[in-house]
Amino acid sequence: MSEFWTTLGSDEFRRIVALSLGVSLSATVLAIAVGLPLGAWLAVCSFPGRRALVVMANALLGLPPVVVGLALYLLLSHSGPLGVLGMLFTPGAMVLAQAVLATPIVAALVHRTTADLWEEYGGALQVDGASPLRAIPELIVMGRTRLLTAGLAGFGRAISEVGAILVVGGNIAGYTRTMTTAIALETSKGNLSLALGLGFVLIGISIAISATAFALGSGGKK
Amino acid sequence: MKTFTRRLGLAAGLALLALSSAAANAQSIVLASTTSVQDSGLLNHLLPAFTASTGIQVRVVAQGTGQALATAARGDADLVLVHDPEAEAKFIREGHGTDPRQIAWNDFIIVGPSSDPAKVVGTHDALAALKAIAAAKAPFVSRGDKSGTDALEKRLWRAAGRQPSLAEGDQWYRDIGGGMGAALNAAAGMNAYTLSDRGTWLSFGNKQSLKIAVEGDKGLLNRYDVILMDPKKHPEAKHDAALKLRDWLISDVGQSAIGAYRVHGEVLFNPSARAPK
Repeated sequence: MSEFWTTLGSDEFRRIVALSLGVSLSATVLAIAVGLPLGAWLAVCSFPGRRALVVMANALLGLPPVVVGLALYLLLSHSGPLGVLGMLFTPGAMVLAQAVLATPIVAALVHRTTADLWEEYGGALQVDGASPLRAIPELIVMGRTRLLTAGLAGFGRAISEVGAILVVGGNIAGYTRTMTTAIALETSKGNLSLALGLGFVLIGISIAISATAFALGSGGKK
Repeated sequence: MKTFTRRLGLAAGLALLALSSAAANAQSIVLASTTSVQDSGLLNHLLPAFTASTGIQVRVVAQGTGQALATAARGDADLVLVHDPEAEAKFIREGHGTDPRQIAWNDFIIVGPSSDPAKVVGTHDALAALKAIAAAKAPFVSRGDKSGTDALEKRLWRAAGRQPSLAEGDQWYRDIGGGMGAALNAAAGMNAYTLSDRGTWLSFGNKQSLKIAVEGDKGLLNRYDVILMDPKKHPEAKHDAALKLRDWLISDVGQSAIGAYRVHGEVLFNPSARAPK
């Protein structure tokens, strides 16, 4: 186990943790930026095709990461349509991949929460003279603690994911190596206790993030 | 709502800061390499010295040889370091790569459980050993991932005159579709034989009851070649920086650095740019 403590104290490990958090938080912010308005919009506005979109958002909860990784790889590769961006094997590509995976989760959970609130308070909100779209900020404020869970679910999907970022990030030491790809690598080197130790660190970080988010969320409630 | 948006903004700002600091560095090239030179620690040993003397960062994407060559053929790498002569010849024939140079060699070994059901431990004839494993129906783990090691394994079976397949009822032949480490983990877990490069084996940490069964066969030679991208087909590759790394690897400094790398006191890679095997 001494290898575990040496690893934990190294600069390389700090970079890995910082990159994991940086990539996954950025992806979560992107996913919230798209998923929050999208989910709320699907809850309050009725238009042809809405049901299909809701079904789609829920179906994409099961989006396989490795497929997302492969699709993005083909898009971002030099011989692909977005190759000129030079994004393949960079942290940016990993943010994109995790955002694609987290957005449906955020959208589906936001839709569920706001649809319930809309059913309950929609009448009252509209009596106040607000159009359905105008009611969205109200609904979001009302449901903020439950919406926090949507954000955390998105973050959870992002930080725990390995299949997509391995393909588009390449697990490059010191550049695109994250907690999960490092765990996969140590497992493949047969360093099982080190891999498991890193796994516990990852779980600890997730708990810390979740606790912080809840503390902030209840702070905004008073 | 306002505080919420502000917090969101703060989080985004912090995240981007973390990213930009990670992304901020000088000139860099992508080296598509086979997993063994990375997993055995060779590249970690070599590349800091190269970066210190040239300022060029090397980003290593370690994959099986087949996948590494495919990555490069798509134009997503600046240099390749692989170990499958047949796949390399095809890569060059198709115009993707040019001017291959051997930088080092070592050997493959067949590892197996200490119970040794096929009675091959301590022998030196790979083909005879494979025949014995097949005859004993002893579990054998195959990479099945088109890596250099996988390609050699398939060639050895062909040479042994017996291509095992599940379709023909060879339940003992287990194609795991994974890297060398995954194959060694699987072999350790199933008390199976498998073909491994010596570098990965020596630095592998989960051997359990596995030990070296067959070594020292001339057919188990393992050559590592570095190949430049052909500028005609891949003008996007960073040729100048890639050439610097290639030239450093075959230089006296690079070659002696390769020879100086040891794990548990053993030399893993024999430098061979001067006298290719």
